[in-house]
Amino acid sequence: MSSATGKTPRGLFLLSTGFVLLWIVIASFPFLWTLWGSFKVQGDFFSKADWRYALWGTRTIVETGGPFTGAGYHGAWVQEEFWRAALNTGIVVVFTVIISLTLGTLGGYALARSGYRYAFWLLMIALVFRAMPHITLVSGYLLPFFEWNLWGHLPTSIIVLVAINQPFTLWMLHSFFLNIPKDLDESAKVDGCTQFQAFRHVIIPVMWPGVITTGLFSFLLAYNDFAVTSMLLSEQNRTMVPAIAGFLGSTFEEGNVMFAVAAVVSATVPLFLLVLFFQRQIVSGLTAGAVKG
Amino acid sequence: MKHKTFFWFILPSLAAMIVFIAMPLVSVVVQSLHVEHEQVMVVTENCGPFGCEEQTSVDAEATAKLREEKPLGRFNGLGTYFDRGHLATAEVATAWSERASLGDFFKRLYNLPLYKAIAFTLTYTFVVTPLVIILGLAIALGVNRVTPALKGPTIFVSLLPMIVTPLIGSLILFWMIDAQGIIGKSLQFLFDDPELSLKASPTLTWITLIIYGIWHSAPFAFVVFYAGLQSVSHETLEAARIDGASRWQQVRYVVIPHLMPLAIFIALIQLMDNFRVFEPVIGFSAEANAPSLSYIIYNDLKGDVIRFNSAAATSLLTVVGVIILLAPVLVRTWRDFNRKVV
Repeated sequence: MSSATGKTPRGLFLLSTGFVLLWIVIASFPFLWTLWGSFKVQGDFFSKADWRYALWGTRTIVETGGPFTGAGYHGAWVQEEFWRAALNTGIVVVFTVIISLTLGTLGGYALARSGYRYAFWLLMIALVFRAMPHITLVSGYLLPFFEWNLWGHLPTSIIVLVAINQPFTLWMLHSFFLNIPKDLDESAKVDGCTQFQAFRHVIIPVMWPGVITTGLFSFLLAYNDFAVTSMLLSEQNRTMVPAIAGFLGSTFEEGNVMFAVAAVVSATVPLFLLVLFFQRQIVSGLTAGAVKG
Repeated sequence: MKHKTFFWFILPSLAAMIVFIAMPLVSVVVQSLHVEHEQVMVVTENCGPFGCEEQTSVDAEATAKLREEKPLGRFNGLGTYFDRGHLATAEVATAWSERASLGDFFKRLYNLPLYKAIAFTLTYTFVVTPLVIILGLAIALGVNRVTPALKGPTIFVSLLPMIVTPLIGSLILFWMIDAQGIIGKSLQFLFDDPELSLKASPTLTWITLIIYGIWHSAPFAFVVFYAGLQSVSHETLEAARIDGASRWQQVRYVVIPHLMPLAIFIALIQLMDNFRVFEPVIGFSAEANAPSLSYIIYNDLKGDVIRFNSAAATSLLTVVGVIILLAPVLVRTWRDFNRKVV
C-alpha cells in the first residue's frame, strides 16, 4: 500500500516514523531496562539517590567491586533453587502441548469435516468455555481435588491445563483443517480407506504447519499460566511463574528483590527465543482466527 | 462424516472438556449453595463452691470431625449470594434508602467488595478494549509504511509485550514505576513532587493497570490489523485517489471499512480476556485499590481459611457476567449459521 501511494509528504512521513519509533521504545525498553538492571545490586536498580546509578552501577561497584554482578542469578537459581521450578515448568509445558495437540487434532478434524448442526453447537460451547476466567474453574476443582488427594501433583495440573486449552485448540485446528481441501480425504475414502485411515495417511502428512502454530499457542498458555499452577501445585512442585510470585511474598530482605528480578529475566528468555524463531507462525496463528471470523 | 466416526474423533477432547470445564462448573454451583458447618457447641455444667453454672463452649474436636466428614458443609440455599461479600442486598437497600444523592449511593456501593470488583473489572474491560483497537490500528498503519527490510525486526519487538507472561510483564512495569524505579523517579521529577507515588492513590492505580493492559494487548490488535492491511485492494485505493480522496479520506472510507470485521474479532477476544484480568492485579500489588472479579475469587481460595462457598458464589456470578458479555456475539453467530443452513 505504502509504495503504491506515491510520494509521502514529509510531515506525514516524520509523524509516522516517529510514532513507530516511539512504539518500539515503549515495547522494548522495559525488557532492556530489566535485563540491564538484573546485573546490578538492589541499591542501583531501586535507587533512592539517583536513577542513573542503575546505568553506571555506582552501588554495584561499591558493594561487589565490579559494574556487573550475578548475585541475583546466583541467589535465585542456587540459593532459592529456581532450577526446580524451571524443571517443573519444562515438564508441565511439554506434556500439556503434546496431549493438547493430540486431542485437538482429532477433535478439530472431526469438527471441520462434519456439517451437522451439533458440530456448530460444540464450537459455540467451546467459545463460551474459552471465555471462562480460569480462576472460576479452579474454584470448582479445589475441594474435590483435596478430597481425592489429587491436589499438588504435576499430572493434575497438566490435565487441567490440557482441558482449559481444548476450546482454543479446537477452534484453531478446526479453522486450519477447513483450509485443507475436503477432496483430499474424500478421494482416499473412495479408494477404500476408512475415515481414520484417510486421516492417518492423507491428512496427517499435510497438517503440520497448522499443528505447529497451534502448539506454539498451547505452549504460551501453559508457560504463562498463573491461576492454575499457583493454586493446584504444592510448594515443591511449583512452576516458574508461581515461584516468582512466591519470591515477592518472602523477600523483603535487602537484596532479595533482585532474586525475583533475575528470575523474571530468566523466565523471559525462552519466550524471547520462541518469538525469534517462530515469529512467522505466531503472526499467522494470530490472524488465522481473524480471517476465518 | 458419519455420526459414529465423528463421535470417536471428538470423544477424547470432549471428555476432557466435560470433566474439567463442565463438571467444575457444576461443582461451583453445588459449593456456592453450601456453607461451612457451624461450630459444635457443648454445654457443660461447672459446679464450684458457689453453686453450679452452665457454660457453653466450642467442642473443637467434634467440629473438626464434622468438617472432616462433610467438607462441603451444610446446605445454605442462596444465602451466600446475598450476603455482604456478594450481592449484599440488605446493604444495597440501606444505601438506597439512606442515600443523600446518587453519587453518595454509588460511593456506598463501591465500599462493598463485590461491587468494587465489578466496577474495576468493567472499567478495565471497556476502557482497555477500545484503546487497544485504536492503538493497534495506529501502529499497523505506521509499520505498514516502514521500509520492508525493517518490518521483520519491528514486528519482532512489537510482539514482546504480548508474548511475555502477564505476571512477569506487570512485575517489570511495576518495578519501573516504583517510587525508586526509573519511571517513578522521572514522574516525581516531571511533576516536581518528591512524594508522588503511583501506588498510593486508587485513581493512579487504576490508570497504571489500564496502561499496562493496553501495552500488553496492543500488539495483538496490531498484528491482526497489519495482516488485514496487506489485503486492502489497490484498485479501490487507486480509484479513491483518482476521485480526489485525501490521505485521511482513503483511510477513513477504504481502509477502515475493510478492517471492520477484524476489529469486531479483536473486540470479542479482548472483551473475553480483559474481563478475566487477574495477574496484573497481583503483579502491581493493586489488590486494595483495584481488585478484579478474578482476584477476589483467588483471595477467597488463597487465605488461611479457604472460603469455598464464597469463591464459588463469586465464580458463578462471574460466569453469568461472561455469558451476558458474549450474548450478542452468540446470538449473531446463531443467526448467521441459520441463514447459511436455510
